[in-house]
Amino acid sequence: MNFLQYLINGISIGSVYAIIALGYTMVYGIAKMLNFAHGDVIMIGAYMSYCATNYLGLHPLVGLVIAMAVCTFLGITIEALAYRPLRGVPSLAVLITAIGVSYFLQNAAQLIWGSAPKNYTSIVSMEPLKIFGGGLVITGEVLITIAASIVIMLALTLFTGKTKMGKAMRAVSEDRDAAQLMGIPVNRTISATFAIGSALAALAGVLLCSTVPTLMPTTGSMPGIRAFTAAVLGGIGSIPGAMLGGILLGIIETLSKAYLSTQFSDAIVFTVLILVLLVKPSGLLGKTVQEKV
Amino acid sequence: MKKVVTMILAAAMMATTFAGCSGNGEATAMKLGASGPLTGSNAVYGNAVQYGMEIAIEELNAKGGLQLELNSQDDEGDVEKAVNAYNTLKDWGMHVMVGPTTTGSANAVAPECAADNMFMLTPSASGADVIKPGDNVFQVCFTDPNQGVASADYFAEHFPDAVIGVIYDSSDLYSAGVFSTFTSEAEAKGLNVVCTEAFTSANKSDLSTQVTKCQAAGADLVFLPFYATEAAQVLSYANKIGYKPTFFGCDGMDGILATEGFDPALAEGLMLLTPFAADGADERTQSFVKKYTEKYDTVPNQFAADAYDAVYAVYQACTQAGVTPDMSPEEVSQKLKAEFTSMTFDGLTGSGMTWDASGAVSKAPMAVVIQNGVYVSAE
Repeated sequence: MNFLQYLINGISIGSVYAIIALGYTMVYGIAKMLNFAHGDVIMIGAYMSYCATNYLGLHPLVGLVIAMAVCTFLGITIEALAYRPLRGVPSLAVLITAIGVSYFLQNAAQLIWGSAPKNYTSIVSMEPLKIFGGGLVITGEVLITIAASIVIMLALTLFTGKTKMGKAMRAVSEDRDAAQLMGIPVNRTISATFAIGSALAALAGVLLCSTVPTLMPTTGSMPGIRAFTAAVLGGIGSIPGAMLGGILLGIIETLSKAYLSTQFSDAIVFTVLILVLLVKPSGLLGKTVQEKV
Repeated sequence: MKKVVTMILAAAMMATTFAGCSGNGEATAMKLGASGPLTGSNAVYGNAVQYGMEIAIEELNAKGGLQLELNSQDDEGDVEKAVNAYNTLKDWGMHVMVGPTTTGSANAVAPECAADNMFMLTPSASGADVIKPGDNVFQVCFTDPNQGVASADYFAEHFPDAVIGVIYDSSDLYSAGVFSTFTSEAEAKGLNVVCTEAFTSANKSDLSTQVTKCQAAGADLVFLPFYATEAAQVLSYANKIGYKPTFFGCDGMDGILATEGFDPALAEGLMLLTPFAADGADERTQSFVKKYTEKYDTVPNQFAADAYDAVYAVYQACTQAGVTPDMSPEEVSQKLKAEFTSMTFDGLTGSGMTWDASGAVSKAPMAVVIQNGVYVSAE
């Protein structure tokens, strides 16, 4: 019974990682850059939704929409101001810039909202499901998060596979210069990628804070790094890979805490990561170029 | 271009040289240096300490006697930055170091203070090792071992039959310090500790497994020796799964009710050991809380109160020992060392506080329980 509870907890936190990892993987797959500011966009999204519901008294769903809109705009702005001028320079410079943007967002949040943690009220008002006479508890947040991550993964797969914009994204991913020669607006395509990635980040932020209620300027950074790990585990650039990596990471983390040691769970998680990468350097599902979005 | 840069650099150098001179030349006020995390994830504690000190200095300077001046540096809770901050403060002409706020930083700064014979009084760094480097290093807060022992003793006295679960932050010196002395004292008292779970700063965004393990082990009293931020997660998850043991925290738990958006109903029945309760009935506490709330728009926690006490204690020792601002830091340190080990101090965080030669304070921790969203004495 406890095993099932741990498994569900693991899938729950893993689904949050998965949604964040989907954002990482989208941007990496198409713009070929690691957007380390992604975790902080999550935090901004959560703060936006917090402000909309707590200060303006709006419905949580309206708050979610506002958060996603703000983050979409933020993502496009970051890309245009910080990353676009660096297109064509060595990727290390872009990586450092991304870290700079991450610090900028964290400190901006601290100036605006202060450093004291805020307690986020869950947007899910569902009563927890109690199965086996209370022996197994599944909270509403868990169900919503899992459902959301599956829906998003399917939607993204369809989007990149079927739509015109999706095709443009895949073309840019494969060969940016050739895509440009074929008349694909590369800048606009990359902007669209950031827009989608950041909207997902806002959603991830809201779901993360609904599960774990502490909201502060550093809330996004640790889950962001975990999710990045998950994306690498699943094969960065691959959409189903991000999903698989996220959920696996969540389950491994929770089960190692439950049965091996709460003290060394991180060491165990990262040992698994190293072993996987030794055997499959491109990650679990990161195989061919075609599979990248 | 190169010339311009050189000129600017030269000008900047001159400016700083003169600034240094004017700083040391006129000595009309005692210069108190402080450092703490004013930004970053622990900024809530650094800011509380700074605000508490500012209020104390405002009050004392208004008295017209010995004047005090505060220079508060941001060390972001980072060891290296704390040492840099200390050096900046020394260049500024600091007489007494009233800091750092956090244990990690204090562990790094204390040996420097000991080597320079700079008097150091940390308001809130509660680690046991902080005061070891020298006989001129003192603490206002009670130490982690002290809290661990006091908690175990409290359990032995009030909950002798409890089935106890413990969750702690193994990556945090404070939490690990309380935990280790709690464990040895609990063993000595024969407490029934059934599960011990850890988390680290890297994986504290999900504490559900630790709570589930305590529940599975049948714990009816769960000891949470860490900060309010993580405690809020534990309480909220326990509430979701309908697990209702008695939760018990230490002074780091203080401030949980002040967390914006926190539902006080979650903390109903939560107990904690703390030297300071913002709803205290005595006049000084009430006046402090009123001023603090008016000025900074939040209710002071124990960190702010410790910082307030630290400034008052330094002031009292300086006046009693006849310390004046024209003395060198070494002279100040000699006098304060003698004064601190012999004086008795009444502050917000305890009356009749005394210090022993090791630099540790002696004051009694008290247990409070949260009822209907306010602290009530647990006795």
